[in-house]
Amino acid sequence: MTLNPSLRDAMLTAVPSLRAFAISLSGNIDRADDLVQETLLRAIANIDSFQPGTNMSAWMFTILRNLFRSEYRKRRREVEDTDGSYAESLKSQPEQSSRLEFQEFRTALGKLPPDQREALILVGASGFSYEEAASICDCAVGTIKSRVNRARTRLADLLSIESAEDFGPDQSTRAIMAAGGRG
Amino acid sequence: MQPETTQRKARGRLGRDVQGKIGQQLRAMYDDVVSAGVPDRFTEMLRQLDDQKQPQEQEKG
Repeated sequence: MTLNPSLRDAMLTAVPSLRAFAISLSGNIDRADDLVQETLLRAIANIDSFQPGTNMSAWMFTILRNLFRSEYRKRRREVEDTDGSYAESLKSQPEQSSRLEFQEFRTALGKLPPDQREALILVGASGFSYEEAASICDCAVGTIKSRVNRARTRLADLLSIESAEDFGPDQSTRAIMAAGGRG
Repeated sequence: MQPETTQRKARGRLGRDVQGKIGQQLRAMYDDVVSAGVPDRFTEMLRQLDDQKQPQEQEKG
């Protein structure tokens, strides 16, 4: 079987956002890249089931999500990596204060139930429509909408945001204090 | 049964500014990874798979 170059290009084009999705799901950059690699291999092996003209990115997101979920069931007991190794691996380092705020946000995101987290990321960050997200997650559109709403509410609770101003100095100060012990 | 849920309902829907702020953080986190592009390991992997599948075409040089 030979992979059509235009399909291969479409796969590579999807890689950056697949990685972002995988990191958001797993919280660990190495595991995320392994997931993306496995997704590429599966996509190539099953390219005959891809319908030309449909969204390659959405198709690959579906594969990656299914891989993650089967892996997640196996590794349920493992503690997620929220110690900042992910942030350190980023190419562009944001300023110190926003980096801490960013880590706090990631930690909160990691506390969401997987169903809610993936729905929020697909709709809020990956830019998929509710319909596309429902197709990727193999559930009803209404279910996606309710998961996204619950995810937002829970995040606001975890981050103690009552208004946009609450993202100000207090949050950063708490993050600095929390990070202080680590050296 | 679930006091947390009741509490949230009492507080009502999230304000637009809060939703906006969460969305902003979410996209910033996501776009940071997207902007890193395609790591070499993936382009290399696809190239190697191509080479394996088309050994006869390698001689075309």
